[in-house]
Amino acid sequence: MSAFKNTGHLLRFAGLFVIAFFIFLIVRHFVVPKSFGEYGHYRGNAIKEDAARPSYYAGHEACEGCHSDVADKKSHGKHAHVNCEACHGPQLAHASADDPSKHKPVLPDTTVLCKQCHAASAAKPKNFPQVGDDHMPGMACKDCHNPHSPAMDQAPAEKTASTSKAPQGGKK
Amino acid sequence: MMNRRQILILLPAAAIAWKSVLAGTPEMSPNYKLSEHWWSMLIDITKCIGCGNCVRACSQENNVPDGHFRTWVERYHVNDENMTEPVVISPEGGIHGFPATTDTSDKYFFVPKLCNHCADSPCTQVCPVGATFISPDGVVMVDRTYCLGCAYCVQACPYGCRYIHPELEVADKCDLCYHRITQGLTTACCENCPTGARQLADLKDPKDPIHEFLRTHSVQVLKPQMATGAKVFYNELDGSVH
Repeated sequence: MSAFKNTGHLLRFAGLFVIAFFIFLIVRHFVVPKSFGEYGHYRGNAIKEDAARPSYYAGHEACEGCHSDVADKKSHGKHAHVNCEACHGPQLAHASADDPSKHKPVLPDTTVLCKQCHAASAAKPKNFPQVGDDHMPGMACKDCHNPHSPAMDQAPAEKTASTSKAPQGGKK
Repeated sequence: MMNRRQILILLPAAAIAWKSVLAGTPEMSPNYKLSEHWWSMLIDITKCIGCGNCVRACSQENNVPDGHFRTWVERYHVNDENMTEPVVISPEGGIHGFPATTDTSDKYFFVPKLCNHCADSPCTQVCPVGATFISPDGVVMVDRTYCLGCAYCVQACPYGCRYIHPELEVADKCDLCYHRITQGLTTACCENCPTGARQLADLKDPKDPIHEFLRTHSVQVLKPQMATGAKVFYNELDGSVH
């Protein structure tokens, strides 16, 4: 006789333990996603899912393919490094459409748009061109400036009031 | 007996497996190699005009819920008699710009903020379920299907870059527009910054201009004392910024 009287109890218990272990392995095989641990302690496919999200901004290269005239004009002016969608908003729907005219972008209102960057404030860098409210009140910026190349093409003639101040680097 | 047992065990597991089979394996851009990139961003304080274009672009590109921000802009107001306690405002994250000021007696400047994509990020260390992680190309991400919304990571981030998405009830944050950078595009914020104050940079690309910039400029990261390995570099960052 062995030292233990009831070895059978222990063997049955050990048997249950082994069975439970295999059940655990089977369940784990099905429950843990295939890509878990592909790169680390996380689901590898989460990276691919994130990369597959839809986009809304097309990027300026997409615009320049068709609108080469604007791109050319812009490239010689002060706004050469301002990308198209910074002012025109997200345009992937327009750029990727079979018929882009069906997704026509809304023309921005220059009385609102230009101020977002150029409204005078002491908080802005001193060398950034800024205009105060006293510069041509009531007029749209594009009446005198081409937004794609905003240098003054011509003096605003009779519109130039003696009180108006030209925008300069620095605040008004 | 084993058959019935196995079937009972396998039924729910099979249902889960079938769901993931139906969802399919998403495809990445074929030319994109995870191991060839280590993403970061360069922010030039001297160029930021506080226009809010980056915040607007980010919100639209990433469907960021109202009142929450993946990137935002802060305006610092530093009085020279109290340099260590700046007055910081960020009205609606700066999405509509900032109120104009004519005060030239104090120092004002803008600080755009976003996830720092830390190499040793506190947020990924505290996640109890492995839902947030740093990808092999250096982007801190959230797996929305794993996240429980416990918000431990929101507390752990020393930069306040995370929030709980009010509809999905999962943690959400900047992922450097991962869907764009893997296609060879830049992020929505960098694309739409009119002054070039924000530049996406790839530290593993030897031709990236960031290397020369880091060598030749006075560059800082936020809260370096936290040793987070932050990868958003600020040019000319003022000492009062926290």
